[in-house]
Amino acid sequence: MALIEILTQYWPKILDGAGTTLLLTGMGAVFAAIFAPLLALIRAHGSALAQAPVRLYISFIRGTPILAQLFLVFYGSGQFRPELQSLGLWHFFRDPFNCAVLVFAINSCAYQSEIMRGGIQSVAPGEIEAARAIGMSRLQVLRRVIFPHAYRNAWPALGNEVILLMKASALASVVTVFDLMGQTRLIFSRTFDFSAYFWAAVLYLTITACFVFVWRTIERRLSRHMLGRSPKGAL
Amino acid sequence: MLELFSYGPLGWGDEILSGLWVTLCLAVTTLPVGLLLGFAVAGCSLSQNRIGRAIGVGYTTLMRGLPEILTLFIVYNGFGLLLNHVVTSLFPDFGRVELSPFAAGVVALSMVFAAFAAEVLRGAFLAIPKGEVMAGQAIGMTPRQIFWRIKLPLLWRFALPGLGNLWLNLLKDTALVSVIALDDLMRASKVAVGVTKQPFTFYLVACLLYWVFCLLSELVLEQMEKRANRGVRSV
Repeated sequence: MALIEILTQYWPKILDGAGTTLLLTGMGAVFAAIFAPLLALIRAHGSALAQAPVRLYISFIRGTPILAQLFLVFYGSGQFRPELQSLGLWHFFRDPFNCAVLVFAINSCAYQSEIMRGGIQSVAPGEIEAARAIGMSRLQVLRRVIFPHAYRNAWPALGNEVILLMKASALASVVTVFDLMGQTRLIFSRTFDFSAYFWAAVLYLTITACFVFVWRTIERRLSRHMLGRSPKGAL
Repeated sequence: MLELFSYGPLGWGDEILSGLWVTLCLAVTTLPVGLLLGFAVAGCSLSQNRIGRAIGVGYTTLMRGLPEILTLFIVYNGFGLLLNHVVTSLFPDFGRVELSPFAAGVVALSMVFAAFAAEVLRGAFLAIPKGEVMAGQAIGMTPRQIFWRIKLPLLWRFALPGLGNLWLNLLKDTALVSVIALDDLMRASKVAVGVTKQPFTFYLVACLLYWVFCLLSELVLEQMEKRANRGVRSV
């Protein structure tokens, strides 16, 4: 165990890995967040026919390990190499980082849609009726009433999902992405010094703690107009 | 196509099935260990003792914040090193001991399971209505009787949905042990891919098998919840 020596010798690599972890998580979460509200709307209000493919997708993603999904895309794409080459997509699938972002986005989108569905369904019917009564169009109701409420309701659960995604991003190291976990494994295989894992654990916990702080701050901002009304605030 | 999955030396059916068996054994072995550990941690978190509470809360925060694969590597490499250190210092002639991948998998997965289960159990314990316990005391039940006849059945009912989700997560997390060379479903698929060069086919089959067992688990859990909630008035 040489806690300090490992840090002084390898800190650029560890920091670089942490940066890759943040990038993987951030890109996966943001791409997922673009499509999740749409899928959530289909799940909440779509016809049975429109819901069927979305249900199948969500069930498959939630019923299979993310590692298997990663292997399916990264290694599995090799089976369709000629087709992908003719489409010009082979370059994309050959890079493990791209595959990891794609898989994390597809995976997180399924979980985020389910969370957003809960958020949409928990909007009080009276709010929607009020919006319709003053003559808002469907799109206006969605933009001004349903989604602001849905995001506020779903915000803590969405934060949990991003933390889970950040933890899952460590799996990218298995397909040779040098994220925090990948760099740590590399350092351990060179030095056989266990402190590499210690620093990785510290960094993962630090990232989670910072994220929780940021997320809570945004949560307070999202519901700042309600602070004065809660019984606690009134006291 | 079908001969790829046939039984015997030509096909990969038997290898995949034995991998599936290892995956299921791992999950089924981990469940009781993790559940017992989870009860212990929940007991710590709920105890009156400040140190006990700190240990319980610290454990759940730490284990829930670390990526599962990092925990697995820490257990596999770290406990291995520790075990060797202890054994060689006690019995210098004993030689090297290796922590088997299966044992490392059970230890790591049950440590993770316990952290999440402890939170579920803590929540369920706090949800037990005080009146039920008082009613037990009023008719002269001993604390032990109250625990077995009132608290535990209620705890089970409240905790079952959460524990069910954790079981599904556990089933999927077992895929991680393929990284430390345990011949589970994931690794059996990998070996088959190495020979047949059909990654998409085999990883898709692996995904489908995980999916089937998740869906089966969901069916069983639904029945268990129905049974746990029998006699409860549904509104």
